[in-house]
Amino acid sequence: MATTLERPALKQAAKPRLRKPRNSWVAWIFVLPFLVVFVVFWAGPLLAGLGMSFTDMRSTDVRDPLAVDVVGLENYLRLFNDELMRKAAFNTLIFVVTALPLTIALGLAAAVALNSGIARLPAAFFRLGYYTPYITSIIGIAVAWRFLLDPDAGPINQVLGWVGIDGPAWLSDENTALPVIIVMTAWRSFGFDMVVLLAALQGIPKELYEAADIDGAGRWQRFRSVTVPMLRPALLFCTVYSSIGFAQFMEEPLVMTKGGPAGATTSASLAIYNQFGAGAYGYAGAAATVLFTVIVALALLQFRIGRRS
Amino acid sequence: MKRRVSTYVLLTAGLLVVIFPFAWTMLASFKPESEIRQNPPALLPADWTTSNYSGLFERMNMGTAFLNSAIIAIALVVANLLLCSMVGYAFAKLRFRFRNTLFGLVMVQMMVPAIVVMVPQFVLIAKMGLVNTFLGIVLPFVVAPLGIFMMRQFISDIPDELIQAARVDGAKEFRIFFSIVLPLCRPALATLGLITFMTSWNNFLWPAVVAQSEDMYTLPVALAIFSNAQATQYGLLIAGAVVVVAPILLLFLFLQRYFVQGIASTGLK
Repeated sequence: MATTLERPALKQAAKPRLRKPRNSWVAWIFVLPFLVVFVVFWAGPLLAGLGMSFTDMRSTDVRDPLAVDVVGLENYLRLFNDELMRKAAFNTLIFVVTALPLTIALGLAAAVALNSGIARLPAAFFRLGYYTPYITSIIGIAVAWRFLLDPDAGPINQVLGWVGIDGPAWLSDENTALPVIIVMTAWRSFGFDMVVLLAALQGIPKELYEAADIDGAGRWQRFRSVTVPMLRPALLFCTVYSSIGFAQFMEEPLVMTKGGPAGATTSASLAIYNQFGAGAYGYAGAAATVLFTVIVALALLQFRIGRRS
Repeated sequence: MKRRVSTYVLLTAGLLVVIFPFAWTMLASFKPESEIRQNPPALLPADWTTSNYSGLFERMNMGTAFLNSAIIAIALVVANLLLCSMVGYAFAKLRFRFRNTLFGLVMVQMMVPAIVVMVPQFVLIAKMGLVNTFLGIVLPFVVAPLGIFMMRQFISDIPDELIQAARVDGAKEFRIFFSIVLPLCRPALATLGLITFMTSWNNFLWPAVVAQSEDMYTLPVALAIFSNAQATQYGLLIAGAVVVVAPILLLFLFLQRYFVQGIASTGLK
């Protein structure tokens, strides 16, 4: 994603003396804010969390964090035998593998439609509309959706009632609660993928399509053998970026279902959040460490696969 | 031509589906509670009322929460504009040892999920005596990695000659930064400011952890807590949702160019 661009050697050679001596210590003053915040609030806690996960630390130990007992791998072992944690991990997996393709497919469809010769003004208008859910508060959106899906007060079941369908109690039914949250997430997030993919689509040289036309390729063939390969880097970015985000979902179930019914929508993050609320810091730390490891592994794996093919 | 018409039809249908939850909720927030639950439902309120909003501000301290959200968001915007552009400038134009390593750390921080460091961050904040304070909510985010990344990208494009000329004239690095680089960064700063404001306004997890008493709640925290306590008071709840969502929606409508630019420019480089 980020390649550090070095200045061409020629330019540097022109005025080497001016640059070097003066800058180096000043530069450290310039980067100091980042360095301090990174070490104190991110790198430190990341390592501390790892350390914490091997202890029985609880909220009552905050005053004296070093007095806690080391329990080795106990938290991790407990994690794998914890019914609710296993369910949370499973729910998170289901969530990522369904919401991810759904979101990307919607984003791609919207991007392709907007790139297919639509006039500029309406295209900008549609793009604006599709992008809206992505920038608004998840908490606000979750509250709104809970209202829309309410079995009695919500318009969705009322409308279904007109055509004789007795709509389910969406969020309190074990079979529909998670799918609803998945659909809501795709609805909320596809606008981001659309913007990224649209920018990539507009960067595809027209000549490639012309060449495909000359070779007698149809619409679908052009899409498959020109558009998709040219979009690969953008698709890879969307996949990695979204799966990192999706693997941490928690606000939606927190507001809409509190993780229920019967744990059907408890995500890994929500389970960690609840353990934190219950004061089990060591245990929460172990769960967080596992989640982080999985997320990093997932991202690396996707880059591997994306690069190779 | 036919194909183009069907594309428009599809796009419009999609737009209606995307906008429906917003439109319905917003209009319903102006209905009295009885009308909200009425079946068959109507899109427009028959009896327009703002009682949900007045009730909201009386019952759950929404005014305080709104103010808290605004204070935190503005503080973070100011801090990020200054600090991200400083750090971005160093990465783009200054030469020092470990520059690339350090920039790698920026990317690392971007990857660290908030939930993963939440507990130890909280312990740290507690040790510093900053639980339930604005400073505690703000500090971990004063120099966001995404902002550093954006500013570095933007400042890299400023011609070196401009900076060199100032150096030859004997300007100090800080003067160059404040009087040459920063003014040129205005478009990038606008985007960064908006994105920072939006992220802060919508942020839930960390404020929910740090704010412990009602007078410190931000809007999303207050709304989430209220929603868990009053599951079916829909009039108040959706009015709350509108109060959380509307300011960002308005900003977005007027300044969407900057939002989309930000995403497109950081996303793909």
